[in-house]
Amino acid sequence: MSVVETQHAAKTLMDHLPVLQVVIPLISAPLIVLLGNRKLAFAIAFAASATAFIIASLLLAQVTDGSVISYHIGGWAPPLGIEYRIDALSALVLMLISGIATVVLPYAYTSIKFEIPKRHHTLFYALYMLCLTGLLGMVATGDAFNVFVFLEISSLSTYVLVAMGAKKDARALTAAYDYLIMGTIGATFFVIGLGLLYMATGTLNMADLAGRIADQGANRTVQAAFTFIVVGMSLKAAMYPLHHWLPNAYTYAPSAVTTFLAATATKAAIYVLLRFMFSVFNPAFHFEDWTLYLIFIPFALLAMFAASFVAVFQTNLKRMLAFSSIAQIGYMLLGIAMLNATGLSASIVYLVNHGITKATLFMGTGAMVMYSGSAFFDNLNGLGRKMPLTGAAMVAGGLSLIGVPGTAGFISKWVLVQAAFENGWWIIAVLIMLSSLLAVIYVWRMFEVLYLTAPDEDCTATDPPLPILIPMLILAGACIWFGFDTELTLGSARVAADGLLAGSAGLIVE
Amino acid sequence: MHHHLILRVVTKMLVGTIILFAFYVQFHGDFSPGGGFQAGVIMAVAFIIYGIVFGLQKAKQVFPEWLVHKLVALGVLIYAATGVASLLLGYNFLDYGAFNPGHPIYGQHWGIFAVELGVGITVTGVMVAIYYAFAGRPPPMKDEDW
Repeated sequence: MSVVETQHAAKTLMDHLPVLQVVIPLISAPLIVLLGNRKLAFAIAFAASATAFIIASLLLAQVTDGSVISYHIGGWAPPLGIEYRIDALSALVLMLISGIATVVLPYAYTSIKFEIPKRHHTLFYALYMLCLTGLLGMVATGDAFNVFVFLEISSLSTYVLVAMGAKKDARALTAAYDYLIMGTIGATFFVIGLGLLYMATGTLNMADLAGRIADQGANRTVQAAFTFIVVGMSLKAAMYPLHHWLPNAYTYAPSAVTTFLAATATKAAIYVLLRFMFSVFNPAFHFEDWTLYLIFIPFALLAMFAASFVAVFQTNLKRMLAFSSIAQIGYMLLGIAMLNATGLSASIVYLVNHGITKATLFMGTGAMVMYSGSAFFDNLNGLGRKMPLTGAAMVAGGLSLIGVPGTAGFISKWVLVQAAFENGWWIIAVLIMLSSLLAVIYVWRMFEVLYLTAPDEDCTATDPPLPILIPMLILAGACIWFGFDTELTLGSARVAADGLLAGSAGLIVE
Repeated sequence: MHHHLILRVVTKMLVGTIILFAFYVQFHGDFSPGGGFQAGVIMAVAFIIYGIVFGLQKAKQVFPEWLVHKLVALGVLIYAATGVASLLLGYNFLDYGAFNPGHPIYGQHWGIFAVELGVGITVTGVMVAIYYAFAGRPPPMKDEDW
């Protein structure tokens, strides 16, 4: 930098939103550890994630017209400097992640008293905020290596958060260890892919990468990079044959952690997949459509059927929902593989709607487990009748999971089927509906246990206290709301899909 | 290790030197090889070698565990606060030019200085915390049984 600089124009707070989105949760984490006070920790965490949610909403409002915000960290212009890049897709996912994080916190405040030893409470909030930072960072950044750094921040904190379930069930430790091994393999594959890309192109900025990959043609290094990145991210997203870590992690983690992770962690990984497949690589790169058609579609279909089928036979509600998550990820991948604007917007809207749906269900389950002690169906008999509002929330979530008209889940499946017809893939459309029938079976089992069996005679369960009830009803309300008002979800998803399909053409390197 | 007189004397002499060297690597890092990561590890080595020779208990008296944990957080906070400071001065996050608008190179210098200090503190804390965590586990067999 030369000594003689042009006059610097001072920036306003609005210009800094992309970085504040990540920095505010980041600062809150060490602050919580330094202050070391449990009550303050909750207040700081809640304030920070609520602020992050407001920032995400402001960002989304700025980019729904299809524009892109670019922020240069340290004032260094990309491709040399690190760039944060917000478009409709990232803003929507940012809003989902920060929104869920904010809603889950009051619930966590009450539920961790039962599930996590007191001396770990402040650390819980610090890790929760670090995890949030990592997830938001993965989505906000426009630098490929930065994605890896944030991926590790979120993953490492997640492993510890899962292991915190050890007070209730020591199997949380092995679940966390499994997740650690699988997650590390995934992250390693991802960074190997980045290394190969860097070797082939000499840059790490996503927009710059896109331009240079296009010049490479059929380069084996680039193909290998693509493979490594897709496999690594599929592992983090729990794509069907790579899902092994997920059921145990979701079952044994503290319920607040499960709720947060189920709605955000795999979704952020799917976001990264989308980003790399369309903004960095693009479908004109023939290796990619083969991958999509020959690998994604078969495995997505397998996930939809096999995982749903396994879910039907579970005896533990949390585990059943975990398997259902794996199945639902199949739908999202199917949407991506359709390679048309409707399919992509289906996938994006699915990601948001499913996040909200699963959060509702896991939160409801957690509230019931507080009374029953475990999530086994035998212990939940008739609890829907004893806890009417919790039961109602679970019903809303369950219907949305099936995709009943009038719920968020319907919208996402409807758009997905539309996309299949657009491609003329009516067999796939039929399969989507058939696999939804499996969802009907396992959701019905849940309803049956909650409502149609007699509760224990000495059962004293009642609806949980307000800090749990309010977040749960907000989420359940969202399940219904987004079934009718699709302006925010589907509207932004369509803009995001167009942005993705524009590919590198939509990205300009300043 | 009460009987290792030479080790104990040499360690006592070394610890101070190592700490001094850590400060040199830390604060001279912008002119010569070095910086927060290296300095943090060297600084931690001083405490770790003290712990190895004089025992974990002694090391924890000098550098208590709670302090180690707070330092880990403090370093990150210093780093992030530097970024926020530049942001409040109307520049981009971590744009060190903000600290001396008339002469951005000096500004860069101050920015790096603050950020590396944060890195150094956190790395020291993390290294010592890892050592405490491993050394604090009860040994599977006694020293005499080897």
